[in-house]
Amino acid sequence: MDAGNEANIGFDEVRARAIIAKHAVLQGATLPILHALQHEFGYIDRRATPLIADALNLSRAEVHGTVSFYHDFKSAPGGKHTLKICRAEACQSMGVDKLVERLELMHRLKVGETSPDGGLTIEAVYCLGNCALSPAALLDGEPVGRLDSAAIDDIVTRHAGARA
Amino acid sequence: MNARVFVSRDSAAISVGANKVADAIRDEAGKRGVDVEIVRVGSRGMLWLEPLVEVETERGRVAYGPVKPGDAAGLFEAGFLRGAPHPLGHGETDEMDWMKRQQRLTFARCGVIDPLLIAEYRAHGGFAGLEKAARMPPADIVEMVTASGLRGRGGAGFPTGVKWRTVLGAPADQKYVVCNADEGDSGTFADRMLMEGDPFTLIEGMSIAGLAVGATKGFVYIRSEYPHAFATMEKAIAVARGAGLLGANVAGSGRAFDMEARLGAGAYICGEETSLLESLEGRRGQVRAKPPLPAIKGLFGKPTIINNVLSFAACPWILTHGAEAYADYGLGRSKGTQPFQLAGNIKRGGLVELALGATIRQLVEDFGGGTHSGRPLRAVQVGGPLGAYFPDKLLDTPLGYEEMLAAKGMLGHGGVVVFDAAVDLAKQARFAMEFCAIESCGKCTPCRIGSTRGVETIDNIVAGGERGKNREVLDDLLQLMTDGSLCALGGLTPIPVVSALTHFPEDFEKPAGLRLAAE
Ligand SMILES: Cc1cc2nc3c(=O)[nH]c(=O)nc-3n(C[C@H](O)[C@H](O)[C@H](O)COP(=O)(O)O)c2cc1C
Ligand code: SF4
Ligand code: FES
Repeated sequence: MDAGNEANIGFDEVRARAIIAKHAVLQGATLPILHALQHEFGYIDRRATPLIADALNLSRAEVHGTVSFYHDFKSAPGGKHTLKICRAEACQSMGVDKLVERLELMHRLKVGETSPDGGLTIEAVYCLGNCALSPAALLDGEPVGRLDSAAIDDIVTRHAGARA
Repeated sequence: MNARVFVSRDSAAISVGANKVADAIRDEAGKRGVDVEIVRVGSRGMLWLEPLVEVETERGRVAYGPVKPGDAAGLFEAGFLRGAPHPLGHGETDEMDWMKRQQRLTFARCGVIDPLLIAEYRAHGGFAGLEKAARMPPADIVEMVTASGLRGRGGAGFPTGVKWRTVLGAPADQKYVVCNADEGDSGTFADRMLMEGDPFTLIEGMSIAGLAVGATKGFVYIRSEYPHAFATMEKAIAVARGAGLLGANVAGSGRAFDMEARLGAGAYICGEETSLLESLEGRRGQVRAKPPLPAIKGLFGKPTIINNVLSFAACPWILTHGAEAYADYGLGRSKGTQPFQLAGNIKRGGLVELALGATIRQLVEDFGGGTHSGRPLRAVQVGGPLGAYFPDKLLDTPLGYEEMLAAKGMLGHGGVVVFDAAVDLAKQARFAMEFCAIESCGKCTPCRIGSTRGVETIDNIVAGGERGKNREVLDDLLQLMTDGSLCALGGLTPIPVVSALTHFPEDFEKPAGLRLAAE
């Protein structure tokens, strides 16, 4: 799911094979395998594509097509921490756009990018199911409600402190 | 004295500090040497009062909220363990106006019981519906769901029993029950709340569906934005299996049903049922052309029931209390209750379960208490990102399937999002197009290309050059998307855009200079 501390540890073929083998028995195993790989390595390494294709008896093109379709599966590792900010309507109604502006103008952090020190990745998501306590976000998978400028500043200071 | 204190574990409650509040109460109790049992429950749905703390008393549960960790000492001092008055107190929860005026059928247990304790679930009426279904012939179960008038709560409003009947009548060696827990509509969270707060209700509903059509395997497809709901569902499935409620002999029926939870991967289109099935099978979430219907050729090519969380979750109540009792609620052809979700710029947001046919105004004014900002309300979007924006003069529209269609909107999944006077409807219309462009599965041109053209055209209109001509381009585009899209993402994106143009034309006509100055 989210890139937490333990993720981003580089690709390892032996571990990847073990993860794939563990999930390959499931019906429709592709997404469970991809989630497990993303959880382990923080991204889906290209070198995993042929391994998955072999294990599931699919073409590489098919596996690649699946990986590239979903917003969750990243082709490169993200930052140590990930802030997913909801940019959908309920959060708009409570001013999330101003918070995103603050990230860009004050903290020089753009949605879809990682801070120069590799500490914090900002992602846009569309609804987190916390629309009555918006603006809402997920910080490394933990929900944050009623997000305001102070909370944004605090998250940036804690996780993207070593900015170049 | 062993006092019982209830604090929510719902992720909305956690997002505003419920875990810290639970810790603070535990610490304070320790300091005072008072024996307190803290039970982590789902949310009652009064999200504006979260973190809500409830205490069990002879009068019933007494509510305090929103509680901050720093309030713990004061609560003990005031005698909250006896339900004593306190500035944050609201009296008995069940007597609170906001709760009392609801008709909680599906959400009766949510926020009340420990979500993972089967004994509590049973003590509050759980599994009565499944046990009844276990003794009924499949066709009778289907008949009962049909007679209840239940229609799909995922958005399209298709009669649930009719879908089940098709699957029952389709001969096959294997059938499936799939639950659509993708809940992609912004402004909605009822599926999430139920899965986190009362997951056995969903398991029971899906098991009833399995018995009704002879399906032995179920999948719940949960969006990855809901890590807590996914974790709770996985635990609940394991608990239910351990208790013999899933497995080879469901509730003593002699029939088998088991299920798994699966995680989506961040694609709105995977809420569309055929795209969801593609995704479950491990492929790109591209929409399949219908026919064949999933009821005939669904998951792995087998007959499949696919329903929303709330559709399945209504079934235990229907089986327990009877089809007529359910059909007694509602308006016209919209039978039963809908867990509405009150969100956005609203003073008292949360989950409000009411008979279908309640008006938008009842929700946003009586329950919601107006805007959060205190500024005047300007627009209400009903039914998610593909739903219409309504101005104040249409707020008396009843929330029923046909009534919303007549008002050129849709009920969708029952989300109600409030905007105050600061909203710019041209910007919202642009966002509708932008969202469609981001989430399009790419299969058809009107949706894939049309949405991007839509963004540009709205930008041109707002910028002010050749407004009349650009408006014609936009109208053609909207017609093309409506007529030429394979699924409702491209087909219904025009709804929010058209509603903005119809009800808020002034937002598209501001002189360009003024618009910049206002921002
Ligand atoms: C773009 C799009 C997104 C959808 N998203 C969801 C969703 O998130 N949850 C859902 O239950 N139904 C969603 N639906 C509706 C499903 O296709 C389908 O109608 C529903 O799962 C059927 O269940 P029901 O009859 O119980 O509503 C979506 C449809 C479209 C076209
Ligand atoms: S309308 Fe859009 S999302 Fe739906 S099938 Fe066509 S391209 Fe895919
Ligand atoms: S719209 Fe932002 S959490 Fe739902």
